[in-house]
Amino acid sequence: MITLISYSFLQSYWWIIISLLGALLVFLMFVQGGQSMIFSLPANEKQKSMMVNVLGRKWEFTFTTLVTFGGAFFASFPLFYASSFGGAYWVWIAILFSFIIQAIAYEYRSKPANFLGRKTFDTFLFINGALGPFLIGVAVATFFTGSQFSLNFMNNVQWANHWHGLEALLDARNVALGLVVLFLVKCNGSMFIINSVNDEDLINRSVRKLIVNAVAFLVFFLFFVISLLLSNGFAVDNVTGNVAMEKYKYFFNLLQMPVVLILFLAGVAGVLYGLIITIFRGSRKGIWFSGAGTVLTVFSMFLVAGFNGTAFYPSTYDLNSSLTIRNASSSLFTLKTMMYVSFIIPFVMWYIWYAWKAISRKKISEEELSGEDHVY
Amino acid sequence: MIENVDLSLVDWSRAQFALTAMYHWIFVPLTLGLSFIIAIMETVYFRTGKEEWKRMTRFWMTLFGINFAIGMATGIILEFEFGTNWSNYSWFVGDIFGAPLAIEGILAFFLESTFVAVMFFGWNKVSRKFHLASTWLVAIGASLSALWILVANAWMQNPVGMTFNPETARNEMTDFWAVLFNPVAIDTFSHTVTSGFLLASVFVLGVSAWFLLKKREEWLAKKSILVSGIFGLASSLIVAFTGDNSARTIAEHQPLKFAAFEAHYNGKSNAGLVAAGILKDSDQKLGEKTKKDFILKIEIPGFLSIMTGGNKDAYVPGIEDLLYGNAEETKILSVVERMERGKYAREVLMDYKRARMTNDEEQGNIIKAMFNAKDFIDNYFRYFGYGFLNKPEDAIPNVSIAFYTFHLMVMLGFFFILVCSLALFFSYRGIITKHKWFLWILIISVPLVYIASQSGWVLTEMGRQPWIIQDMMPVSAAVSQIGAGSVITTFILFAVLFTALLFAEVSIMAKQIKTGPKH
Repeated sequence: MITLISYSFLQSYWWIIISLLGALLVFLMFVQGGQSMIFSLPANEKQKSMMVNVLGRKWEFTFTTLVTFGGAFFASFPLFYASSFGGAYWVWIAILFSFIIQAIAYEYRSKPANFLGRKTFDTFLFINGALGPFLIGVAVATFFTGSQFSLNFMNNVQWANHWHGLEALLDARNVALGLVVLFLVKCNGSMFIINSVNDEDLINRSVRKLIVNAVAFLVFFLFFVISLLLSNGFAVDNVTGNVAMEKYKYFFNLLQMPVVLILFLAGVAGVLYGLIITIFRGSRKGIWFSGAGTVLTVFSMFLVAGFNGTAFYPSTYDLNSSLTIRNASSSLFTLKTMMYVSFIIPFVMWYIWYAWKAISRKKISEEELSGEDHVY
Repeated sequence: MIENVDLSLVDWSRAQFALTAMYHWIFVPLTLGLSFIIAIMETVYFRTGKEEWKRMTRFWMTLFGINFAIGMATGIILEFEFGTNWSNYSWFVGDIFGAPLAIEGILAFFLESTFVAVMFFGWNKVSRKFHLASTWLVAIGASLSALWILVANAWMQNPVGMTFNPETARNEMTDFWAVLFNPVAIDTFSHTVTSGFLLASVFVLGVSAWFLLKKREEWLAKKSILVSGIFGLASSLIVAFTGDNSARTIAEHQPLKFAAFEAHYNGKSNAGLVAAGILKDSDQKLGEKTKKDFILKIEIPGFLSIMTGGNKDAYVPGIEDLLYGNAEETKILSVVERMERGKYAREVLMDYKRARMTNDEEQGNIIKAMFNAKDFIDNYFRYFGYGFLNKPEDAIPNVSIAFYTFHLMVMLGFFFILVCSLALFFSYRGIITKHKWFLWILIISVPLVYIASQSGWVLTEMGRQPWIIQDMMPVSAAVSQIGAGSVITTFILFAVLFTALLFAEVSIMAKQIKTGPKH
C-alpha cells in the first residue's frame, strides 16, 4: 500500500507537518510575548519573579519546537533551508542571536556570581521577547511578498542585493506581519500569565496590558490580511512549473480551498473569543481559546502560502527561481522515510502534554516559589 | 561557479562554525555524562529512601542545569549554520543530511527538554517513581540526541546510502539503514558518547576532591567519587576500545587523515606506531607544503602495520603514496588520478546541464543514464569532489594539528584510565582523604579532560580537510555566497557573546560549588 503513495502526496503531507510545527511555534511564543513585557508588566520584583518563573517553566518547549521546525524544514524542503538561510543571512542570524541569549537568561538571572548581572539577563529576555517574534513574523511574511534571489543551474542561491534579508524591513506588509506576530504573542503571554498565577494584582495588570496589545494586534492583523487578500500572488503553472503573478491569488486560494478558509475563520474566532472572555468576563481560560485559535490561523496561513499551486518562497528577482513544495522538496525516498518518523509525533505531543500538566498542577504564587528550589 | 571562490570567506565561515562547535562541545559532554550520574544517584535514593542521596542528587542536578542551558544555546546555532553559512552543502546533500537532524528534534530533543522540566520542577509535584523515570529519560534523550547528530556527522566523514541526481544537482538518499548503521557512525557514536561519560565522571571526581581537601561534605564527596569512579572507569575503558576501532575505520575510509595524524609520509611495511613525538619543519616540500619531520619520537615497532593490516608485514601507505600513487605496494587510487576522474565527472555533469539548457532531449537522456551506471558511479562520480582541487597537495590536512591533537587525546585517555582506577581503589580502601596529592591530581584532571575532549573533535574535523563531505565536496564548494565582511562580523559577535556566557557559566558554577548543597 505504501508503495502507492505518490510523491506529490508526500510533498503536501510534509507541507502540512511544517505548517503545523510553524503554527505550534507561534502559539508557544507566548513565552516570548511575556518576556517582552518584563520591564512594563510587573509592579515590583516579587511580581517579576512570579512572571519569569511562569514563563521560564515553558521556555524549553518553545525552543525545542523552533529547533524541530528547523530540522524538519531542512529534511523535507532542503532547498528552502539552503536558499533562505544562506541568502537572507542577516535576518536569520538576528533571530538566532535573540534565541541564544534567551537560553541562558532564565537559568542564570538569579544565580549568585552571574558575571553579567540580573539586569543584563532580564534585558536578554526582553530582546528575545520583542525581536524574536517580530523578525520571525517578517521572515514568514516574505513567503507572501517575495525575496530577491536567483538559483543557478546547480540550484545554488545568489542573493540579488547586499542587504541579505534586511531589505525585507522596507516592505510595509512584512513589517505589519512582524507586528501582528509580536502583538499576538504579547496577548497570549498576558493570558498565559493570567491563567497561571495566583496574584490578583498581577492578573489585573495583565488584563490592562492585554487590552492595549489586543487593539494593536487587531489593527495590524486587519491591515495585513486585507492587503494580502488584495495583493497579487505567485502562481505556479501545474504543467510547466513556471511561476507568474496572479491577481488576488491568496484570496482565491482561500475560496478554492474551503477547508482552509474554515480553519482560518475558526482560528480568528478562537483568538477573538479568548480575548473577549478575558477582557470582558474576567475569565482566566482565555489562553486556551486564543492558543488554539493561533494554531489554526497560522496553520491555515501556511497552507495558503504553499498549496493550490502557489510558490511558498517566491523570488521577485527571478520568478522562476521561486520555491514551490514541488521543486524544493526532498526526494520521494526521504519524504517517505520521514513520514514513518512523523507517525511518532502524536505520541511526542501526548507526553509533552502529560509532563506539562504534571508540573503545572499548582498555580504559581509567592508561597509556591518559596517552596521550590529551582527558581529562576 | 566555484572557481573564483573567496578564500577568506571560506576561512571565516569555517572559523565561525569551528567556534560554535567548540563552544558547544564544552557543555555537551558534561550534559551527556552528568545526566546518567544523576540518574544513578537518584536510583539509589529511590531504592534506599535515604535523604542524603536525594540531597546529593539535587546538588549535581543544580550544576547540570547551569550547564544544560548554555548547551542548548550553542546547539541551535550549529543546526542553522548549515543553512546560513553552508547553503550549497545544504542543497547538495540536504536530502540525506536533513533527516537525522529532524529525527533528532522529533525523537530525542523533545524527550530531553520535556523531562528536564519535570526533573527540575517535579520534586514536589509528581510521584517519586515518575520523577526517577523523568531523570532517566533526560539521560537517554541526551544520548539519543547525540546519536542522530553523530550519524549526520559520520555521514560527512563517510558518505553512504545515496545516489546523485543530475536533474536536481544533489545527492538523494536511497538507503536509510546504510546511513544509520554507517560503520563510522557506530564508532563515532560509541566513542563520543562514552568520552562524554568519562568527562563528566572526571568533573565529579574533581569537584568531590575539592570538597575533601576543604574537609567539607565528606559523605557526599566520597559517595560521589564512588559512583563517578565506577562510571568513569567503565567509560574510559570503552573509550579506549572504541577509539582503537575508530582509528582502524579511519585508516580504511580516510587514509590521508590517518596518515596525517601519525605524520606518516612514506609508506612502509613493518611500520611503527608513534606513541609520542615532537615535529619540526623539514627542508623537503610537497608542492607548496613543507614536510614535517620528527625532532624526537617514541615508537612502538611494527604496531601501525599490525593495527591496520593485522600483521607486521602489512603495508601502511603514507601521505606521498596516497597523493602520487604507489601501484606496487598499495591499490589505493592516487589523489592525482582521483582528480582526473573527478574533473571528468564534473564535465559530464556540465554536459548534462548544457543539454538540458539547449533542450537536447536525446543527449540529456544518454548522460542521465550514465549517472545510474555502476561503472560511472564507482569509478568516476565517487571522486566528484577531487574535481574541485587545484593540486594534489590540497588534499593534505594540517599534519601538525592532526598529529598533536591525536597524540594528546590518546595519552590523556590512558591517563584517565589510571586516574579512575586509582580513585576507585583508594575509595574502596577508604583511604582517599589520606592521599592529598591524589586529590590534587583529580582537580587538575578536570581541565585536562576538557582538553582531551576538544582535541578529539579538532582531530575529527581538521583531519578531514579539505572535505566537508569526504571525497564528494570540499569546503570551498559548500560555502554560502555572502560577503566575507558579513561573516567576519557575525564571527566577532558570536565570539564575544559565547565568551561572555562562558565566563558567566564558569563563575556561577564555581559559586554553586563553593556554596555546596542546600538544606
